[in-house]
Amino acid sequence: MGRYVARRLLLAIPVMIGASFLIFAMVYALPGDPIRALGGDRPLSPGVVAELRAQYNLNDPLVVQYGKYVGNLLQGDLGTDFRGRQVIDTISQRLPVTAQLTLVAILFEAVIGIIAGVLAGIRRNGFLDNLVLVSSTLIVSIPILVLAFVAQYVFGLQLGLFPISGLGEGWYSFLLPGLVLASGSLAYVARLTRTSVAENMRADYVRTARAKGLPNRTVVVRHTLRNSLIPVVTFIGADIGNLMGGAIVTESVFNLPGVGRAIFDSVRQQEGAVVVGIVTLMVFFFIFFNLVVDVLYAVLDPRIRYD
Amino acid sequence: MTAPDLSSYPESTAVAGAPVLHVDDLHVEFRTRENVVNAVNGVSYTVSHGETLAILGESGSGKSVTAQAIMGILDTPPAVIGGGGILFEGRNMLAMSDEDRRRIRGPGISMIFQDALSSLNPVYSVGFQIGEMFRAHRGTSRKEAKRLAAELMDRVRIPAAAQRVNDYPHQFSGGMRQRVMIAMAIALDPKILIADEPTTALDVTVQAQVMDLLKDLQRETGMGLVLITHDLGVVNEVADNVAVMYAGRIVERGTVDDVFTRPAHPYTEGLMKSVPQVEVKGGRLQPITGQPPNLAKIPSGCPFHPRCARRRLGAAALPGRDCAVDRPPLRLVVPGREAACHYSEEVLGV
Repeated sequence: MGRYVARRLLLAIPVMIGASFLIFAMVYALPGDPIRALGGDRPLSPGVVAELRAQYNLNDPLVVQYGKYVGNLLQGDLGTDFRGRQVIDTISQRLPVTAQLTLVAILFEAVIGIIAGVLAGIRRNGFLDNLVLVSSTLIVSIPILVLAFVAQYVFGLQLGLFPISGLGEGWYSFLLPGLVLASGSLAYVARLTRTSVAENMRADYVRTARAKGLPNRTVVVRHTLRNSLIPVVTFIGADIGNLMGGAIVTESVFNLPGVGRAIFDSVRQQEGAVVVGIVTLMVFFFIFFNLVVDVLYAVLDPRIRYD
Repeated sequence: MTAPDLSSYPESTAVAGAPVLHVDDLHVEFRTRENVVNAVNGVSYTVSHGETLAILGESGSGKSVTAQAIMGILDTPPAVIGGGGILFEGRNMLAMSDEDRRRIRGPGISMIFQDALSSLNPVYSVGFQIGEMFRAHRGTSRKEAKRLAAELMDRVRIPAAAQRVNDYPHQFSGGMRQRVMIAMAIALDPKILIADEPTTALDVTVQAQVMDLLKDLQRETGMGLVLITHDLGVVNEVADNVAVMYAGRIVERGTVDDVFTRPAHPYTEGLMKSVPQVEVKGGRLQPITGQPPNLAKIPSGCPFHPRCARRRLGAAALPGRDCAVDRPPLRLVVPGREAACHYSEEVLGV
């Protein structure tokens, strides 16, 4: 197992290099001139423009620019944006917001999704099963943008239950955006759990557990749920990376200063260093959580061995 | 569709020297939206202390469904117990509370299944799964349960039991897995062990070892053994009595020696002829022609009559004994032998 983890972590290096280069190239290919845009309505003097272009290596060919970027990166320098702010500062300021949002979303996804899925799966074709089926279909078919505004309007404005914008109320501020961010995955988790539970209820080893005279609770919890949750847990683990990167819309609608917002703003302003820094970090998180899932999978299912 | 009335059945008919298990006129049907499948249609049998009763029959004859009804592990719905009684030590299990029935599963009656790999939970060690018996029924501590599990594994002759107690089912061979199942089933010294095709999934040499093990354990503990199988060889070797099932009914019953040497039902006769015999060389095996009956639409009269070589229909039949019209009851044909055929005497040649 240790060797497997080490190998996977080593494999992450070329993936991150490749990903960062791709992002770098895409930002490079964007139309427009970020330096000119800096001035807004007041054009910068040609001298200032030339100086800034030189400072940010913008006159070099793509590969040279990228080489210089990686060179700095290896010395622990993520570069600065065009306003002279360290990218590392932007990230350390924004990441906690996104991390909190993701954590809240994952909790919603896991708790509500699994409970709904289990209830639906235990009594297939019952009332709860149909309710879960209909509501999950409804949720996945509504775009997250619409869902976000509806949630804001209904729960925030009409009912006044939750704050709808900003970070003013601490953890409480994350509840509504967390739920919106989680909604799609939540519906999927409910469906996945439901199918998995329903399938396991008919498994031969569940029949054996009943034949052994185990109490019903033990049969359901120990011999049905434990096995059913293996695919669910692995999905949720892998989804952490997804949610962190997918928070752009949610963070914009709910006005949360997280990395999703930072990516969005930076792409618009062609802040290459910021975009590449953040996206590469996201790629790392994605790889990391997938690795955690693979390790977890082996822990949960003894048939899986990576040696 | 009306709910079956089981209330009229006596709750207890305990008598001294009575059989440990008494299945009495059991009916089980599977109700689906389209139709009703009559899986078990009035099966009765008894199993005594130390007896081995073989239930012989082809797929869909109702032998496994009967066993699952006894264990109370049928999925209801779609299965419905349509009538009859299942008496364990004189108490009708169908009239018991779920909790009372649960307490019987394990210490009273236990069961092993055909496919030991899928019947064991892949995510728990075999020691844990065997130990669950002690923990659930006797409140044994986890550690003590594991120690007892290792002892049981040794008893069912799993080599290096103490080391293997923490291994998972997939780390065992097929034969060893079935031994794990057996260890689990005998953990609480059950009065009755139901073995549902315990050796079907195993290769021949391992089959013999597992059957030997079951017989040895039975000798040691005196448990009654219900052996469900379609393997005539296994029945011949280990069983005392045999009940042959067809279309959810018992069509013949007697001692193994009697039934095998002189069948009294044409279906049993057909089964015997379909088995290769060492003495008869070069001859062709005779299959039973036709298909097993559709349990949603069981033929009128004798369910076997469409496939029967000895059937008598219309004018050829004796009065009230038309094979396509009159259903033959299971009746005593000669002492110690019951068969459900109008013309058993002809089959026997008496």
